[in-house]
Amino acid sequence: MKETPAFKRVAAIFAVIGLGLITSGCANLIVLDPKGPIGEQQKDLIWFTIIIALLVFIPVMALTAFIVWRYRDKPGNKAPYIPDWEHNTKLEAIWWGVPILIIIVLAVVTVRYTYALEPSKPLGSKEETLTVQVASLDWKWLFLYPEQGIASVNYLQIPEDVPVKFELTSDAPMNSFWIPQLGGQVYTMSGMAMTLHLQADEPGVYMGSGANFSGAQFGQMKFDAKATSQAEFDEWVASVKQTSPSLTAQGYQKLAQPGVSEVLSFSSFPEKLFQKIVNKYVESEKKDGAEPSKNAEGPSPDVKQSGTSHANH
Amino acid sequence: MLEKIKSFASEFFVTGDPLILGAQVSIGLTMVALVITLTYFKKWGWLWREWLTTVDHKRIGIMYVIAALLMLFRGGVDALLMRTQLAMPNMQFLTPEHYNQIFTTHGVIMILFMAMPLMFGLFNIVVPLQIGARDVAFPFLNSLSFWLFFWGAMLFNVSFVIGGSPDAGWLAYPPLSGKMFSPGVGQDFYNWGIQISGIGSLMTGINFIVTILKMRAPGMKLMKMPMFSWSVLASSATIIFAFPILTVTLALLMLDRTFGTHFFTLDGGGNPMMYINLIWMWGHPEVYIVILPAFGIFSEIVATFSKKKLFGYKSMVFALMSISVASFFTWVHHFFTMGSGANVNAFFAVTTMVIAIPTGVKVFNWLFTMFRGRISFETPMLWTIGFIVTFVAGGLTGVMLSVAPADFQLHNSYFLIAHFHQVLIGGVAFGYFAGLYYWWPKVFGFKLNEKIGKWAFWTWNIGFYLTFMPQYLVGLDGMTRRVSTYGWDTGWFGLNLTSTIGAFIMGLGFLFQVWQIAHSVKFMQRDTTGDPWNGRTLEWSIPSPAPLYNFAVVPRADEQDPWWEEKKRREQGLPPAPAQPYEPIHMPKNSPIAFIKSFCWFVAGFGFVWGWYWMAIPGLIGVGVCMLVHSFTYDNEYYIPVDEIKRTEAALRGTV
Repeated sequence: MKETPAFKRVAAIFAVIGLGLITSGCANLIVLDPKGPIGEQQKDLIWFTIIIALLVFIPVMALTAFIVWRYRDKPGNKAPYIPDWEHNTKLEAIWWGVPILIIIVLAVVTVRYTYALEPSKPLGSKEETLTVQVASLDWKWLFLYPEQGIASVNYLQIPEDVPVKFELTSDAPMNSFWIPQLGGQVYTMSGMAMTLHLQADEPGVYMGSGANFSGAQFGQMKFDAKATSQAEFDEWVASVKQTSPSLTAQGYQKLAQPGVSEVLSFSSFPEKLFQKIVNKYVESEKKDGAEPSKNAEGPSPDVKQSGTSHANH
Repeated sequence: MLEKIKSFASEFFVTGDPLILGAQVSIGLTMVALVITLTYFKKWGWLWREWLTTVDHKRIGIMYVIAALLMLFRGGVDALLMRTQLAMPNMQFLTPEHYNQIFTTHGVIMILFMAMPLMFGLFNIVVPLQIGARDVAFPFLNSLSFWLFFWGAMLFNVSFVIGGSPDAGWLAYPPLSGKMFSPGVGQDFYNWGIQISGIGSLMTGINFIVTILKMRAPGMKLMKMPMFSWSVLASSATIIFAFPILTVTLALLMLDRTFGTHFFTLDGGGNPMMYINLIWMWGHPEVYIVILPAFGIFSEIVATFSKKKLFGYKSMVFALMSISVASFFTWVHHFFTMGSGANVNAFFAVTTMVIAIPTGVKVFNWLFTMFRGRISFETPMLWTIGFIVTFVAGGLTGVMLSVAPADFQLHNSYFLIAHFHQVLIGGVAFGYFAGLYYWWPKVFGFKLNEKIGKWAFWTWNIGFYLTFMPQYLVGLDGMTRRVSTYGWDTGWFGLNLTSTIGAFIMGLGFLFQVWQIAHSVKFMQRDTTGDPWNGRTLEWSIPSPAPLYNFAVVPRADEQDPWWEEKKRREQGLPPAPAQPYEPIHMPKNSPIAFIKSFCWFVAGFGFVWGWYWMAIPGLIGVGVCMLVHSFTYDNEYYIPVDEIKRTEAALRGTV
């Protein structure tokens, strides 16, 4: 074997190029290229798990290759052959022990992050939180801006660096609200108001989608989430208010019918539309009449700010 | 009148799609060809006496395997259709509706009508032979289990040409699967097909627990039992706790759909989330039900082909049983994103990770079985090594998914798809292939061609990695599962195309296997030893194919690898144990009732699907009559006389 330094250098160059390709390739993957604090932490967590996985994978594969090669059944193989060797307490203690230790480390990290990244937890920013109410319909997304009084379909605009509180529900089979570059998804379910806090750190157009299968045209439930400066956002709100039609109660009924939709915007929407959508499926509320009785001041009725918003309990 | 018939027919039969039309025609032609062949060769009587009414575990096992391979073909074609649709952006190959049906049937068929029957086939073929029994504990129940599975699977498959396939996903989450959003009969075919075959699965679980606990050969203590039988025990125990949940869940969904109850509806106080919890309380253990026996298979194969005792037997047993128990405490990880809150998510994230520990231990025990052994690389062993590589990686991506806060970004994406295919193909399919290759000579008396087998192995593996590695990446790039198409702007084209190419290479691997079987049947080289792999356990001590009664004399099993030890003693020239005299063997008689009763279930199910009570009620009456007739049939056993045993043994052992 002539393993000259030149050979080693070439190998090293290839290794660097290979690693570079892998990491740069991965950096283009949108989940690993987040633009908001939640997505950022989730990205770190994913990389952490990838590293742990590789720490397990590489040695185990090396061991497998070694054993398979060394103990192959070939005449003249000098490796020991001990057909009755079937137990070794020390060895077994090691491979019960090591996985247990790895899992303990992973579990501690996971539990911490589970609390830290709980989607219903506010982000804790100096900026005032913007509320956007989201309803998944068959097969389109409706976004309501209760503070601005406007609404949009299949199109979301938010100001950068401002924490956004998404309140999620559905007026159709369950779906899942996901903007990968801002952070993880949460299900949208009828009769429930879920909460998801996200934030965009820089302007850009981010892909959003319905991640949970909801019937025939589910693949069409895509939307752009556009993050802009606060000024541009305000401009957009003003222009929608001036130029767009208003969403009437009847208009909503029509919109909620199964079918796909273009990008739409509305200068106004019926009062407490979101609450009505949620309560539509709540038996006790129906009996009390259409108006939600409790918590009328708040952004949504019956919502315990815990993430577990079991509206029908 | 004619109009009425026309409109009925257009609703009854699936029409309009050229792909389905082609399939209908080919199904029709195949059936006609089958009938003609059977009639021409006068084989109807043979088919009925030898197969349809049999209670012999080996034949039932063979029928399970045949059915499973047919279903593998259908599920595989479904997969290739999906991959074709996704090969390029904006493809017009399948409509979204058709695509939704195909991924639904692909999932149901691969898990419930391919993996499960292939697994039960191996249970049936191997367990009684391995523990030195002459049949399972309840042979009639066993045949009933098979026929319930078979007719349940037929009822599900018939929706392809009659009425329309289900299209609400393989686990049919309501409200989408409710009457409001899925008014067609497809979902009813799903409910009844799975329900009928699921009852069969439950009974198989009971049957094998009793068989293993009560019918082991004298001397075979539980802690000396072969590892495959242990894995069957673990899997069966999981079945009897998990399948009742499925039965109840589907029954409630059926009530919602058929009788307008409100268990899982949006209105009337129903709660769809309850369904999602219930279905995964079955669904998660279900994946362990299918993987545990694969672990058992690998344990047998690793020891045999390393010519060495299985390392860490007690650890292996403990790992199997702890996985079986732990599998019931992880179901919420399928919906961390449903908003159960941090407490719940943290708990289920940790329980999920914990399963990695015993699983990892098993991998090390397999590796150290090879360590200081002498490994030869026949096809069963190749699949085992392929499994170790694939499954370790798939298991680790599973651990990544179990990290709840990260799962919010991975859930419902192709990352998840890649993960579960990696463990289900790399674990379950590779495992059952390995098992099939390994026990094939015991069942049929000849080995499968090794050379074509190696081609099959490598095409499967290369195809597998080409298909699923890009899916991890495209998942991290935000592609969600079940989308029927995507745009050029997504940047997902290259990865998807690679994945599609890989899928077709896997399809090629399947064709190699078909060729391998055909080739091996044609150029059959009889195995006269009964022990072609130099095996270790009791099934290799009898001739191949195993005679009807399995063991002419009930064997003794005082050691962990009784046949290996016996061979060692013979090598050392020690005198063999004194031959026991033959005695008449007590055997169960064949019975047509299982077949007829299951067919009645099929008729009843079909009636319920369409709401035709004139059909459903007679079907149920038929079921009842079958039960009564069977209860009052006392003449259901016989003895094989000593002379016949002598003749059979002499013929099989070639000592005539």
